[in-house]
Amino acid sequence: MQQEVMFAGFGGQGILSAGKILAQTAMNEGLEVAWVPSYGPEMRGGTAYCTVVISDRAIGSPIIKNPLHLVAMNRPSLEKFAPDVKKNGIILVNSSLVAIGSGRDDVDEVRISATDIARDIGDARVANIVALAALVGRSRIVGTEDLINTVKAEFARKEKYIPLNLAAVDAGFAAAS
Amino acid sequence: MGKVLMKGNEAIGEAAIRAGCLNYFAYPITPQSEIAEYLSRRLPESGGVYLQGESEVAVSYMIFGAAGCGERVFTSSSSPGISLMSEGLSYIAGAELPCVFVNIMRGGPGLGGILPSQADYFQATKGGGHGDYHLMVLAPDSVQEAVDMVMESFRLAEKYRNPVMIIGDGLIGQMMEPVAFRDELKSEPLNKDVWASNGMSTRNSKTPNLVKSLFLSPEQLNAHNLKLKAKYEQMAREDLRFETYNMDADYKALIVSFGTMSRVCRTAIDDLKEEGIDVAMLRPQTVFPFPEKAIYDAALKKECKIVLSIEMNMGQMVEDVERSVKGQRPVEWYGKCGGEIPTPEEIQELVKSRL
Amino acid sequence: MGKVFKKPEALSDVHTHYCPGCTHGIIHRLIAEVIDELGIRENTVGVAPVGCAVLIYDYFTLDFQESAHGRAPAMATGIKRVRPDLMVFTYQGDGDMASIGISEIIHAANRGEKFTSIFVNNAVYGMTGGQMAPTTLPGQRTTTSPEGRNVDEVGMPIRMAELLSSLATPGYIARHSVTSPKYINRTKKAIKKAFQYQMENRCFSLIEVISTCPTNWGMTPVEALKWAEDEMLQFYQLGEYKTPE
Repeated sequence: MQQEVMFAGFGGQGILSAGKILAQTAMNEGLEVAWVPSYGPEMRGGTAYCTVVISDRAIGSPIIKNPLHLVAMNRPSLEKFAPDVKKNGIILVNSSLVAIGSGRDDVDEVRISATDIARDIGDARVANIVALAALVGRSRIVGTEDLINTVKAEFARKEKYIPLNLAAVDAGFAAAS
Repeated sequence: MGKVLMKGNEAIGEAAIRAGCLNYFAYPITPQSEIAEYLSRRLPESGGVYLQGESEVAVSYMIFGAAGCGERVFTSSSSPGISLMSEGLSYIAGAELPCVFVNIMRGGPGLGGILPSQADYFQATKGGGHGDYHLMVLAPDSVQEAVDMVMESFRLAEKYRNPVMIIGDGLIGQMMEPVAFRDELKSEPLNKDVWASNGMSTRNSKTPNLVKSLFLSPEQLNAHNLKLKAKYEQMAREDLRFETYNMDADYKALIVSFGTMSRVCRTAIDDLKEEGIDVAMLRPQTVFPFPEKAIYDAALKKECKIVLSIEMNMGQMVEDVERSVKGQRPVEWYGKCGGEIPTPEEIQELVKSRL
Repeated sequence: MGKVFKKPEALSDVHTHYCPGCTHGIIHRLIAEVIDELGIRENTVGVAPVGCAVLIYDYFTLDFQESAHGRAPAMATGIKRVRPDLMVFTYQGDGDMASIGISEIIHAANRGEKFTSIFVNNAVYGMTGGQMAPTTLPGQRTTTSPEGRNVDEVGMPIRMAELLSSLATPGYIARHSVTSPKYINRTKKAIKKAFQYQMENRCFSLIEVISTCPTNWGMTPVEALKWAEDEMLQFYQLGEYKTPE
């Protein structure tokens, strides 16, 4: 079976790294993965998105027009990509920054105030991890313990950030349940 | 060694180091600058040479000089940069120097765009620079294959004393996939004492070596070109590579596609099979030499009605496919350029409309 | 009586293809003598240009690589970077270095590449048959400036020694001439100094050598030497422009 998650938001919101942590977790679970970024001239502040493809067999096309799930961290992302999400998929909306809904009634729309939750934990920059954990908690696309282990490994060289990011993971799981 | 999740560009840089290539000269260009960024850190810590040249033109001659000394060396660039290196490539091929060029292709012509493309097929396989020469050209379809081909390319470059080019598209460079690295390259004897211009004392010789591409006598130049031609023919005999997909079925259509595009085709073929339509694919892994006979044989299978060359360009490889099929089946091109990659759904529709 | 004049070991025992009165032969000999005196022949790689001296490798008994037009400094960079133990020099004419290859020489000098460039300036394209060079003097007639170089249209000649000595990176830059025995001796000393700096891994060096081209100037060899001294040395002042000290 193949599942795809699209992460989208402003450049600087940690979109690409949230996708990378998910891909790394799935790879650690022995699955096939591909992480496909958007790349363009904008380095900061522009739109950023990436798609993570997770499969139990070799991945054919890594270019996904219709992802199973979407994590929309800002309004333009939701407006742009919500119509593409597959039926019965999850649309996770960062309600801190997005007031509107997806307008879809055939998906599981989950609204999480990721930026506010992250700020309450101590740093708005971990909103991406809150959103990622919420998606994982809701979809079980990878195991929650495996996600925690990846986050620990990801920040192994910047140890002081581990507690903050683990708190973000917990808050994301809690928000999604 | 286990697998690591790596961006194609960085994995290409690491693969070169694993292949024992510790010399890299380059000029930054999107979408492959991560190769230079990665190696600017990794090569100095590995005791290697990293240098950012002033232009792709200059870089191609830094590669020439280093390869002319018999040292393993490579560079990477993207389409407009490869155009600038094409002068050097002609000289390098003429002087028969082993080295590796990686082209992470973007759209053209001119500045074109920075998104994935396969529009440099002609440039890579038919020349680019002047004169009768060919590069050996490898086309990976995944980060893992890019890594394997980088390692293999040094062996091939040294076997043939010929530049090898790897053409990946922007997606291969930018995408992250799990990769495993082989420990080291099994290379063939380079016999560089016979030809490398690296100082007579280096090889305890009393006779100078000369690395050159100038042959003023017509007889000598003709003989030189015949020698090069024989090498290209040897590549076709000994190092031609391709992969087939669903070739055992009674397929109605044959797709020829390479690189990222072939992965999209693979998905389309799986989906068509579920609908009861069998389509096969032949994926050239070497686009020079080109698998002419394999395509001919595959096209002539009884049920096969059409051959489709599907490419991220305006129809380049299709000329080689037509040449291979020799008029025995209709050959059509389908593709897009500019950065949009045809989807599996589009390929399915295309196939259905042709059967 | 023993031989008082003999061929340097670094030179081959062949006739060159150069025209009568051409000064390439003198410059080749000076380089060969320096290489002999420093005992570096077996550890040296030369880089040949495109131009009259393209066949320079036929006249030396040491390793060479043949460059494309103007790219010799990039090629020398590649050689020297992967084999810093080798002695590397480029030999380039005015079209090769000051026109098509000006980017390569400026950046090699600016990186402080530890090789030596011999720049032969005779104010004209030789091999292609006497066309205007970037160093052709104002008013000088060539096959592509039949009315004389018009500086309003094509600008003033480029003074390579001055240009390169303006770089902030340390280097050894000098201009000499082979138009008289006195000047020839000075040229040889400068070439030797340049190679010595390279042996010490000190800096990039460039020796510009004011030279003649009787054939394309339409003069006898003697007239050409006089013209070079009277006209070229007015515009191209001899001397050391930069030292690494």
